[in-house]
This record gives sequence, structure tokens and C-alpha cells, in this order.
Amino acid sequence: MTESLNFKNLNIERRIHQQRLLISVVGIITLAFILLARLFYLQVIQHELYTTQSDKNRVQLEAIAPTRGLIYDRNGQLLADNQPNYSIRLVPERITDINETLNRISALIIISEEHIKRFKKRHKRRRHPFEAVPLKFNLSEKEISVIAVNRHLLPGVEIAAGLIRHYPHDNFLAHALGYVARINEKELTKLDPENYSATHYIGKTGIEKQYETRLHGTVGYQKVEKDAHGQIVNLLERQDPIPGKDLHLSLDLELQKTASLALADRRGAIIAIDTLTGGILAFVSQPAYNPNLFVTGISHKNYSALRDSKARPLFNRTLKGQYPPASTLKPFIGLAALNQGVTTWGYTIKDPGWYQLENDDRFYRDWKRWGHGKVNLESAIIESCDTYFYDIAHKLEIDPLHDFLAQFGFGEKTGVDLPGEAKGLLPSRAWKRTTRGQAWYPGETLNAGIGQGFMLSTPLQIVTATATLANKGRRVYPKFLTPPGTKQDTPFSPAITLNKHSDWDKMVTAMIKVNHSAHGTARNSAKGAHYLIAGKTGTAQVLGIAQEEKYDASKIAAHHRDHALYTAFAPADAPRIAVTVIVENGGSGSSVAAPVARKIFDAYLSANKDSLKQNLTATAPFKKRAHE
Amino acid sequence: MKQKDFFRSLPLDGTQGRRSVSFWQATHVDAPLFIALIILCASGLAVLYSASAASLPVIQRQATFIAIGFTAMLIIAQIPPLVIKRWAPLLYVSGLILLAAVLWKGIDAKGAQRWLSLPGLPRFQPSEIMKLAVPVMIAQFFSKRIIPISGGALLGAFTLLLVPAFLIAKQPDLGTSLIISASGIFVIFLAGTSWKVIAGGIGMGLIAAPGLWFQMHKYQQQRVLTFLSPERDPLGAGWNIIQSKTAIGSGGLSGKGWLMGTQSQLDFLPESSTDFIIAVLAEEFGLLGVSLLISLYLFIVIRGIYISMEAQDTFCRLLAGSITLTFFVYVFVNIGMVSGILPIVGVPLPLISIGGTSIITLMSGFGILMSIHTHRSWLSH
Repeated sequence: MTESLNFKNLNIERRIHQQRLLISVVGIITLAFILLARLFYLQVIQHELYTTQSDKNRVQLEAIAPTRGLIYDRNGQLLADNQPNYSIRLVPERITDINETLNRISALIIISEEHIKRFKKRHKRRRHPFEAVPLKFNLSEKEISVIAVNRHLLPGVEIAAGLIRHYPHDNFLAHALGYVARINEKELTKLDPENYSATHYIGKTGIEKQYETRLHGTVGYQKVEKDAHGQIVNLLERQDPIPGKDLHLSLDLELQKTASLALADRRGAIIAIDTLTGGILAFVSQPAYNPNLFVTGISHKNYSALRDSKARPLFNRTLKGQYPPASTLKPFIGLAALNQGVTTWGYTIKDPGWYQLENDDRFYRDWKRWGHGKVNLESAIIESCDTYFYDIAHKLEIDPLHDFLAQFGFGEKTGVDLPGEAKGLLPSRAWKRTTRGQAWYPGETLNAGIGQGFMLSTPLQIVTATATLANKGRRVYPKFLTPPGTKQDTPFSPAITLNKHSDWDKMVTAMIKVNHSAHGTARNSAKGAHYLIAGKTGTAQVLGIAQEEKYDASKIAAHHRDHALYTAFAPADAPRIAVTVIVENGGSGSSVAAPVARKIFDAYLSANKDSLKQNLTATAPFKKRAHE
Repeated sequence: MKQKDFFRSLPLDGTQGRRSVSFWQATHVDAPLFIALIILCASGLAVLYSASAASLPVIQRQATFIAIGFTAMLIIAQIPPLVIKRWAPLLYVSGLILLAAVLWKGIDAKGAQRWLSLPGLPRFQPSEIMKLAVPVMIAQFFSKRIIPISGGALLGAFTLLLVPAFLIAKQPDLGTSLIISASGIFVIFLAGTSWKVIAGGIGMGLIAAPGLWFQMHKYQQQRVLTFLSPERDPLGAGWNIIQSKTAIGSGGLSGKGWLMGTQSQLDFLPESSTDFIIAVLAEEFGLLGVSLLISLYLFIVIRGIYISMEAQDTFCRLLAGSITLTFFVYVFVNIGMVSGILPIVGVPLPLISIGGTSIITLMSGFGILMSIHTHRSWLSH
């Protein structure tokens, strides 16, 4: 054996070799079986699992957002539309170094720290693989071209086109339309996840919020085959989205602008409605803001500037502002007193400039220190005599006053089609007992009699009451959306009836004289009008004035000055439009608020001169019925 | 008896040799191997056509390389094994020099230095030369020594093996380095190394494994981790293996049909023309298709083993055995890694994955097998 190792033994060599080869063959066959077993496991046993996975890879159900409905005014002017908007978006899966890419983009276009902060926040959220994350919206054409030219340096960066809400009239309609903005986490939990699966924006306030369902539409779907890069290669199935419905508001854009400009840079609210339908013609709350800022996400700086401004531009005064109605309430109190029989058109008092209750040494002062002299109900309305109304309110008492005014909608929401309406305050004995646990004092009735004290109304309530008066008791409900051509029927609350129907006309006559007689408080603003205005001025005290003190605007801080009010309708003989104007800390209603209303009347009645004549005949049957 | 004399005497002894010289014999072609290779390459082109998204230029290029590969095979088949044996040291040494040159002045591609560009030659990977040079060299080294081999010869063989393996691992190209090591180890195994030595070697390997881990490049460690749990990073490192398993699994028994594999056609499957091409085949032709392919590979391997058994001297036996076993390692490692039973190492599916140099090297190996089988001397039997 040892010897055989020293030289080649061909037979042993061959045998060893063959043995080793046989072992190899066994090994090869074993390994081949392992492979086949593995393939059998994957392809037969786990086939279904991998088929599902493979389909999940390529087939995706994509929701398609419906196009949001447009908003038009009564004349077909566009108030809110959808504009193509270009945004720059990043696909993180295709980017190796996101910070480097952000730096490169920053070198080309302006990217603020806020953009990057928001981008990183969005990036952290859950999303599909290869879903792009937006970095900046509203790219200018220049920015788009700069990015396009440098595309080769920016793999995974894309420019995406989408539709975005746009408000062409900026601040003018902010408080009426509201705005849409990105859906936040809280809203997400309340929304229908299916219908909103492709929607990124939602109405946050105003008409946009109120009519969200109608404007939004119904989501569509497409089943698509996508490749590994997220590119669609095949459309398998498609169900088109149903676009949101367009809204045709009763709003009149031109009138809205006229009203807004008439108020100029003063703080206040203006509301103009169609006395027949209740359709809102103008809805102004000033100052306002630019709703377009909110659509793509307002910057923190801009938002806090709006939020913290003393002028409160985000506050919707017309809808939520609660003001003492002051003397604008007098025609209604007069009607209440007439109806209760505590006064007549002939009843006259002598006004010394103050009123006093028995067993009370307090003086309830008239705005005219020396008094109006001999006044009856008509002159008390024309000259806005406080003493007369102290007298009749005292005789009337608070609860009958409350009940009568409630019929006009005071103290209740008007039901306007906007979210968040305030309901004002119409006091009564019961109210005071339950909310304050106190008895009602007769002096408080006097204050209520001139629309002060506890009494608070929204501009919407005052205009509703004014239109109801113009309609001689037929209630109207202010609405942005009224079916065109139909008069609003009010099956829920029957028309207000007075014991003497002629009192309506007499009160209107008194209100006409406010504007068109030598002593009327609003005579200056009605000069030269080719139609009759019936209205009432008001000056609401913001600050209580001590007994012997004299109100002197120049000595009082601006935000403590009186609010100027005016409410009116025109033409007085065939009412078409009712307007309420409140100028915060504006001073006197006659000199500040009434001229604003005059401009609105002029604009509306001259623009609608032709239709006015037609409508006069159209309203005739209604007038007749009202007289029956 | 010298080979030359055999040929010269052949026409004279034609009637005595019982067999007349057939066409295959005269052209030094082994017909079963040749036909199997033709079928393999043709089906490979069909799969590649699908994997490359029906790209004709890719197919043309691959077909050109296959043609060059077949030509190389036929030329090498004409060279008698003795000549190959004689030139083995030169081939081996020049291969080593080129490998050193790669490390010194190679071309960077994808973070590794594997290519060399010499004036007047197309750029190539010197490691490809070593795939053949190492088994040839070790077989030549053993051919003069006594089988079963002694400890000294074993040490010598390991040195011949480890130097190029180390140089290639340094590039880094772990896959090729392992393949070359395997080809050398097969020679050593076939040369009758005692089982004790083999067991000792495996034991040493296990002990050395942790040390090897720290020697590995980061991306290599990553591959091993990914192999152990691909779900660790499904969009990153785990993506390849998850997608290839999905492709294979969704193929089912009979597949989705040619050009109909969604995983590969929609680009979910990465590297579908190169290392992962078997997943395309499995997806489109199912278990049936892969089984046929594996059978074809097995046929080629068994034919190689048969050639090795029939070979007439130590050099031929060892070389033919090593070439054949190495070929099977390619097949096993590739399918194993794509189906998720082995970590991802860059080993192509032989003769089907895209890649010119690999085809030429493999076909040259088959040329050697044919040379061994067709240059046998009948008279020695």
C-alpha cells in the first residue's frame, strides 16, 4: 500500500475519481430537488398569496375627485371658480437625498422655511408608494419654466397641474362665500371617507361650507394598471365623477361692490335683501380678508395678523354681530303699542327732554336735551323722540313687547343659509329670571323701548323685520339661494296681522317722512331720490352715560363711540329692497349709515328700473291679497 | 503514444478501429452537449426577449455573444487537452498579472473595480479568464502527482486557488470569487482528498465565518441581512427578493404566458434581464417551464460528468469534472438566490442572463469538455 503511493496507480485513480463523481451526482440531484421543491412551494402551495400580491402591485383603485361646483351671482357673474394651478411635488421613492433636492429647488425658485416645514409634515403622513408630496403651490409661469429647464438635475421632482378654488373678487365676498381650504384631521374623521377619498379641499365657512354637499359632487373611480414607477399603463375600469352643482346666488355682485365701497374703510355690516323673496342682494362685513390666501394654506404670519387685528377682519358682523338695534326698533315698538291699544296715532305727549317713572328719581333722557315739545307717534318716529317711546313702552310692558317683536324674528335665528348665525337677544321677564335669576325692573322696559338695554339684534334680524314691515306682515327669510322666479311662501309662520291693517300704511308713511320731510332724521341722505324711501335711523350707545354727562364723541375713545344704524326699504310705495346698515363706532345713524343705504338704493333701483315696472304689476295680486 | 501519431495513423487504421470517424468526431463536437446548448441558448433568447421588454437590440447583442461563444467553443474543441495542459501555467500567471492590474488600474463601475481596458482590446473582466485558468492550473498541478493527493500537494493547490480568489474578492466581486474558489475546490475534491481533510476544511470555514462577516463590505452584509429577512426594508434592500418571489409564485403551474408576466413587464422585478431572469421565466412559463429548464441544465451536467468519467487521464478527468460541477453551481446559486433560499450574490443564470463575457467563458469551458471527449485515444483501451 505504502509502495503504491509512490507511483501512479491508474486503476486506483480511476476508481477514486468515479467514486467522487458518483457522490457529486448524488449531490447534484439532491440540490436540484431542493430547487424544485422550493419552486413547487412558491408556485403551487403559495401561488394564491403571490397572485394576490402581484395584482396588488399592479392594479390600483384610484379615486377621482369631482370638480367643485361654481358659484355665480344673480346676473351670472362668476364669484368662485376653479383655476388650473401648478404645484411642485416630490416623489420620495425616486429621490436618494431629499435635503439635497430641496436645496437644489431652493436655488431655482423661492422656497420658504414654512414650505419645507409643511412638506416634511405631509411627507410623514401615510401615503401610497410613489405618491407625490407637494412642496409649493401656485407656481408662476417663470417658476414652472425654471424647474422644467433644470429637470435633469431634479430626478423625482414633478410639476403637477390641478384645479384649485379661486375667488376672483378677493375681499369683496369673503364673508358671504367663505372659502375652501385643505381638509384637516378633525374634519377627516367626520367626512364620508369614500366620497372624499380624492378630495383635498373642503368649505370651511360661508356658502362654501353651507352648500358643501351640493358643491362637492360625487367621487369617481378608476381601476388602473400601474408599473413599478407609479405610471399608469392601462385603464381597466372607470366610473366618472359627478361634478358638484353650480350655485346661482341671489347676490348681486355690482350691488355688493357698491355697498362695500360705500362703507369705505369703516368697520360695519351691510345687508340688502329682496323684500319679496328674501333673497340676499348684498352681504357685507367689513373689514374682510382675501379668501384666496386660505385656499393653498395661509402662512402663519398672515393668519395671526388677521386673527389678532383689533378690527377683527375674520369676524362676520352681518351674521354674528349683535348690536343694540336702538331707534331702528321704534317702528316695531310703535306697531306693538298700537296693536295693544296703549297708544293711537292721535295720542300726544309733551316731551321735556326726559322721562321719569313713579317712585324712581332717575331721569331717562331723550337724545334731544331740551325735548321735542308736543309729539305724537308719527312725529316721534320722524324725529326719533325717545321720551314718547319710554312712555308707550312703559304702558305696554316687556312681555307683550317681547311677544309682538318675536313675530318679526327678533331673538331668533333668521335661518339664513350660512353656518354660525347668532340669534341676538329679545329680553322678557322669563328670560331674565332663568338666565340671571332676577326680577324685571320697569326701567329696563324703558331701555328696551328705544332698542337699548338688553336688546341685541343682528343686522340680518333687523333687515328681516324691515322687509316684513315693508310686506305689511308677510315674513321673509333671508337666503342666498332662492329658486329663481318663485316668491317665498311661509307656511310655518303665518303673516303678522294687526288689529287695524291701516296701521301698516301709517307706519310706512311715518318712515317715509323720516327721509322725505323737513324734520326727518334721514332727510339729508334722501335728497333728490326719484323714489320714496321708508326708513329709520338709529344711534346705538356702546358705553353707558352717567346721568348728568353729555355725550361728546370727540372726548370718547374711537371704539367706545356710538354705532350708527339705519334700516330702510324702497320704493316705499312698492317695496323691492330692504337694507340695513351698521357702522361700528360711526356716530350718528342719520349722517353716517343712511347715506350708505342711499347709494345701495340708487344702484339697485336705477339698474333694475325696467324690471321694476314689470315687478310692480307682478306684485299687484299680492298687494291686493294683503289688503283683504 | 503521442496524440500526433494517433491522428496520422487513423486513416490507415480506419478499418481496424471498429468505428469509422463520424462527422462529430472529425469536427471534435460532442453532439448531445451541442444540441442541448443550442436548445438552452435559444430558449434563453426567448426569455430575454420578454425580460428586456421586447428589445431587439438587446436580443441581437446577446445572439452575437452566443455566436461568438459557440465559435470559441468549436475552436477550443479542436485544441488537444495536452496543449491546454502545457499552456496552463502561462494562462494562470498572465491571469494573475491582469488581476493585479485591475486592482491597480481598473475601471470603476457601480462601486467596484472589475474591468480592465488594454490598448487594442475591448474592455473585459480578467476574473473571467481565471474561471477557467484556476481549474486548468490545479488539474495540471495534480496531474503529475499521486492520487489520492498528499498534504503537500493540497497546500500547493490551495495556494493556487486562494491567490486569485483573494484578488477578485478585493475588487470586490464576491460572487465570482466564490465561483472560482468552488471550481478549484471541486478539482481538489475530485482528486480524492481524504474525507478527514474535507471535514476539517468545512469546520475551519464555520469557525472563520464570523471573521469573514467583519471583512465583508457593507453592501455584502446588507445582502445577507436582507436574505435573512427581506421584510426588514420592503421598498429598499428587500424589494428585489420580495418582487422576485412574487413573480415566481404568481406564475403558478403553467405561467401567465410569454410576454404576459406583469411583474416583469411592469418593471416590478428588478434586474430582470440579468441575475433575476429566472423569475421572468417562472412567471411566464410557470413551474412547468422552470422544471424543463432545470432538466435541460441537469442533462448538460450529467453529460459533463459522463465526459469526466470517460476521460483518459488525471488532468482531463479533474478538469472536465470541475467545469461541469462549477456550471451546476452557477445554476443552483442563481435559482437559489432568486427563489429566496440563498442570499443575493451576483451570479448570473448561465447562458440565459444577459452578459457577453460570461457566455464566452462558459462556452469555452464546454469547448474544453468537447476537446477532452473527442481527443480520446481509442487505442489505449
